[in-house]
Amino acid sequence: MSAAPLLSLHGVCKRYGAVEVLIDIDLEIRAGQVVALLGDNGAGKSTLIKVISGVTPADRGEIRWEGRPVHIRRPSDARELGIATVFQDLALCGNLDVVGNLFLGREIRRFGFLDEMEMERRTVQLLERLTRGVPELRAPVVALSSGQRQTVAIARSLLGGPRLLLLDEPTAALGLQQTTEVLDLVDELRDRGLGVLLISHNMGDVKALADRAVVLRLGRNNGFFDVNTVSQEQIISSITGATENEPRRPAHQEAAW
Amino acid sequence: MVKGTRDMTDGTPQARPAEPAKAPRGQAAGRAVENWVSHGRRRLRAGEVGSLPVILVLAVVWITFQSLNSNFLSPRNLSNLSVDIVGTGLIAVGIVFVLLLGELDLSVGSISGLAAAIFAVLSVDNGVPEWLALIIAVLAGTAAGTVQGYSFARTRVPAFVVTLAGLLTWSGLMLYILGTRGTINLDENGLVAKLTSYYFTDDAVAYGLAALAAGLVFLVSFLDRQRRQAAGMQHRSLQVIALRAGALAVIAFTVAYLLNRFQGLPLALLIFLVVVAGLDVLLRRTHYGRQIYALGGSVEAARRASLHVTRVQTAVLAVSGTMAAVGGLFLASRITSVSQSSGSGVLLLNAIAAAVIGGTSLFGGRGSTWSAVLGMLVIQSIASGMAITDTPVAVQFMITGGVLFAAVVIDALSRRSQEAHGRA
Repeated sequence: MSAAPLLSLHGVCKRYGAVEVLIDIDLEIRAGQVVALLGDNGAGKSTLIKVISGVTPADRGEIRWEGRPVHIRRPSDARELGIATVFQDLALCGNLDVVGNLFLGREIRRFGFLDEMEMERRTVQLLERLTRGVPELRAPVVALSSGQRQTVAIARSLLGGPRLLLLDEPTAALGLQQTTEVLDLVDELRDRGLGVLLISHNMGDVKALADRAVVLRLGRNNGFFDVNTVSQEQIISSITGATENEPRRPAHQEAAW
Repeated sequence: MVKGTRDMTDGTPQARPAEPAKAPRGQAAGRAVENWVSHGRRRLRAGEVGSLPVILVLAVVWITFQSLNSNFLSPRNLSNLSVDIVGTGLIAVGIVFVLLLGELDLSVGSISGLAAAIFAVLSVDNGVPEWLALIIAVLAGTAAGTVQGYSFARTRVPAFVVTLAGLLTWSGLMLYILGTRGTINLDENGLVAKLTSYYFTDDAVAYGLAALAAGLVFLVSFLDRQRRQAAGMQHRSLQVIALRAGALAVIAFTVAYLLNRFQGLPLALLIFLVVVAGLDVLLRRTHYGRQIYALGGSVEAARRASLHVTRVQTAVLAVSGTMAAVGGLFLASRITSVSQSSGSGVLLLNAIAAAVIGGTSLFGGRGSTWSAVLGMLVIQSIASGMAITDTPVAVQFMITGGVLFAAVVIDALSRRSQEAHGRA
């Protein structure tokens, strides 16, 4: 039996007014594991990401970090735990430059002033590791291409040395080469022991990359799969709702996972 | 921005190690200028027009009025101009902060009047020492701004609505404080009167400060260059640094020379420039300022980056209230009196227009405190030129309006071109 999972959710609920967006969601992510979060549009995937990252805190339910109950009420709570997020809309400040966006909220200071040189140096180091096409560091982010912006958002999430990475459709806006770069990166992060929760509509990526798949349907869990042993068709039918006979919860969590 | 042009086109030392040494001096300097120009062009195409349009407008205004009346660019007129811009200019600096959030503060005129009234009633009617009355008046502006800022941040009602309510409230409070009194005359030799009537008659002060400013700019960019070079990073060439500091020195010494030919450096102008430069450093070189810019870019992105949105929004309106109060005291100082009409009229509109004409974006996230100086120079130059050439005020309003309209159009176009640049 292995150590407690990095993050586990139990019975998490979230409602916007009268609409129940998430109902009794269970989820587990272990260190060194890529979990794909799947579901049709409106299934609650992005909401779940926002719950975990503290953007819209859960109404009910239990969140455990390494087995210990925690409350994630605002983005800084998640950041302090070591959870980093690449949001679907990237959440960048278009008027700030690449360096400014990367270090937003955790600027390096020297004698009380921003240490632009040190921040720029680390930005270059980080970006060179991530991609071949390093964007112009001092241009406002609004002037970058969408692929470059995606790279900036991913680089920012890696900056604080996170232990769990939440990626909301990180490859949706990318071309072929950059998609490969991102997927390689996710692979590398897993090898370094990070937990990754990945939302993707591309089943090919999921099959290639993920260890587990969690399917949401209409705000509820609709299946837990071991990607290596289950066929793509089974997962897809769970997404579309053709099958609802998959176990709603992992029956024996330790054994199944 | 006057000094915002960054030159990143120079190679790293590894890339082109010996080239500057091999090339003759003149050629190297020529290349530096070339680099600078080509970099500027690239920024223009990307929609970063900066302060270029306002400098062009200022040049046109000055040339026009100088050709109409040769007294326009006389030391006397320029010196008066430099004092006349200070009161409204300080208010405009506060407006720049609010515009950076993409919001608008309509209460600054009323707050400036309120602060002046508080000062006058305390010091003249109640015998409170001037320095204490001044502090209380400024803090009253801070308090008014904080109240508005907190309400804006908590209720998420647009700031222009909150401050519109403030506009009425604070002018009501000012009338209440003034009571039935019409005009209160300030002590002609008092502290506040001195703010705009004191001149450093010693020539050395103006020249010394000009040298200090240019030297400081050179030193800071030189040290930054040395550090970057030591770390093997991209850095500006020495020529570009020297060129920038040199350009600043030329401007500073020209201004100092002209001022010294009249009465010397006005204290008001010195205070104005120190405040503007200090707040510019705060905005662009500290993490406080970075948060303000971030909120102007995207409030939601800033919130997700763990920034304290409410705190920053409150603080920004507190700054604008404080600057309004300080500006109000300078305006009262200029006429050494406070009346029921203090802070009313076109003051609010001029302060907002100055910030926008100077190049601060209405859409938030772009601009600098220097735009308050440049914008006020344009507005006050038009006013002063009109007065010298006996043109009716009606025409002055229409021309200022036209300049403001042009500034807004340029702002909108540059924003659009920036976004288009991103899609390409």
